[in-house]
Amino acid sequence: MAFTSLKGLSLYDKVTGSWGRSAVIGVPMVFLLAVFLLPFMVVFKISVSEMETVTFSEVLTWAEGVILLKVNLGNYISLTQDSLYIQTYLSSLQFAAITTAICLLIAYPFAYFMARSPADKRPALLMLVMLPFWTSFLLRVYAWKMLLADSGVFNNMAMALGLISEPIKMMNTPFSLVLGMVYTYVPFMILPLYANLVKMDLRLLEAALDLGATPWQAFWRITVPLSKNGIIAGSMLVFIPCVGEFVIPELLGGPQTLMIGRVLWDEFFSNNDWPMAATVAVVMVLLIIVPLALFNKHQAETAGGGRA
Amino acid sequence: MKFNLGRMTSRFWMGAVFLFLYLPILTLVVLSFNASPMVTSWGGWSLRWYEALAADTEILSGFFLSLQIAFLTACSSVVLGLLAALSLHRFKRFPGRTLFTGMVNSPLVMPEVIIGLSLLLMLVSVQRMFGFPERGLATIWLGHTLLGMAYATVVVQSRLQEMSPQLEEAAQDLGCRPLQVFFLVTLPLISQAIGSAWLLTFTLSLDDVVLSAFLSGPGSTTMPIVIFSRARLGLSPSVNTVATLTVVVVSIGVLAASVLIARAERRRAQEMAAAYRAV
Repeated sequence: MAFTSLKGLSLYDKVTGSWGRSAVIGVPMVFLLAVFLLPFMVVFKISVSEMETVTFSEVLTWAEGVILLKVNLGNYISLTQDSLYIQTYLSSLQFAAITTAICLLIAYPFAYFMARSPADKRPALLMLVMLPFWTSFLLRVYAWKMLLADSGVFNNMAMALGLISEPIKMMNTPFSLVLGMVYTYVPFMILPLYANLVKMDLRLLEAALDLGATPWQAFWRITVPLSKNGIIAGSMLVFIPCVGEFVIPELLGGPQTLMIGRVLWDEFFSNNDWPMAATVAVVMVLLIIVPLALFNKHQAETAGGGRA
Repeated sequence: MKFNLGRMTSRFWMGAVFLFLYLPILTLVVLSFNASPMVTSWGGWSLRWYEALAADTEILSGFFLSLQIAFLTACSSVVLGLLAALSLHRFKRFPGRTLFTGMVNSPLVMPEVIIGLSLLLMLVSVQRMFGFPERGLATIWLGHTLLGMAYATVVVQSRLQEMSPQLEEAAQDLGCRPLQVFFLVTLPLISQAIGSAWLLTFTLSLDDVVLSAFLSGPGSTTMPIVIFSRARLGLSPSVNTVATLTVVVVSIGVLAASVLIARAERRRAQEMAAAYRAV
């Protein structure tokens, strides 16, 4: 490593001309600014504009040489005054939190056992976890519909076996929604936990046991704290997308499972109220901004070499 | 005794999780051969839904559109992801690096409804000003590329981190110019990661509903949009046949990829052994 850095610059930096460097950074940077950041600004702008008959009004207008700024906070006001929106936000956060907790409970022991299994078996196990990820997510969610429906596979089987006399209502309930979200997102929890646990220095556990800790104490006081980063990464990978999930609540949820992703979709596609849809989106971004920052910090640390 | 108990728990837990992960897929495959028009009650084996699929022009034309978009998305995502991964890996300091990292990583977790809505509203604003772009293949491609780029960056970046920097330094010492180093040393070393990033973004695009729904125009209905609208209405046997065909294709693809990777690794081991013998 002694040759890699020279006055804090990597050798690569010195040799690559500044022109090449600007191009390598510039192309993805410009793309992201135009396709990721700019759209957010547009959404914010539209959320404070008014819906007119066909389209929304312009926030900034030129009138006789003066710039007129017309900000309409009406959408935000109606959003805070309508208890249905507030309830929906709260219930989305709640469903996302429950899903994250269940995923962690399932995935932690799984990732732990996987990391402690013989080294030659690990690639195959990892492949088995990844494989469902490669087959369509939409089709796998749809499959639960067939399993859970009133005349679905589970109810049919249980009735044929005489376990129940009439079908149990499972579809379109909070149960089916959480089940679908756990099913979809559990690999996202397993992978970062596994990556973290497999790298752990097992000598630390040996030392703890030598010093008289029970295996259980060693697990809670050494393994779990050391896997903190994996837990954070996995939880954010599950929690954040779950808050705004649309496809799963639409296919597996019901009328009583309020999810904000569906509200946004309906405002846009059914009510054609673009400013309201934009307002719902802005508030959703505000709700997930802290977890998002946590996730980005973690990504920058593990990937950027800040800790390496 | 205690050790055995631990092993049993471990086997049981892993078995249960794998059952949970694979049960829905198995159900889809088995029920696609169901003769009964009632999707979930078994009426014997039959290929009738596959025949119906072959005549289903809505799904077939959606499939060809999805295939085109997935191909374009995989190519553009890999190029942008490679550039982004190189920037983050090589250049530890540049203006806007924090913003850049945030923008690359956020699409991985950002709810798709937000990305879809914001992209669409921007495109509409652009269209008002300049009269283009029309919604369709190109706009869906743009949205999928944003998502695919994030995944490609993660895959390529983790490979770059594993790579030994000495190999590039050696090439430079031997007189390679930066571009030569990149094409002769770096690129071959990360080619496997680029391959898996390409396949991953291809399947992501082939599967996406939400972004496509926001960004599609009249006449540009992708296969997932067709499937989603049928699944919303209820159970549909044609969906099962599509699922089964997907599973078959993916399994063959994964199997072929593992064989190719194993072969490449054996060859590299042999070449390295030969190189040491020569010394």
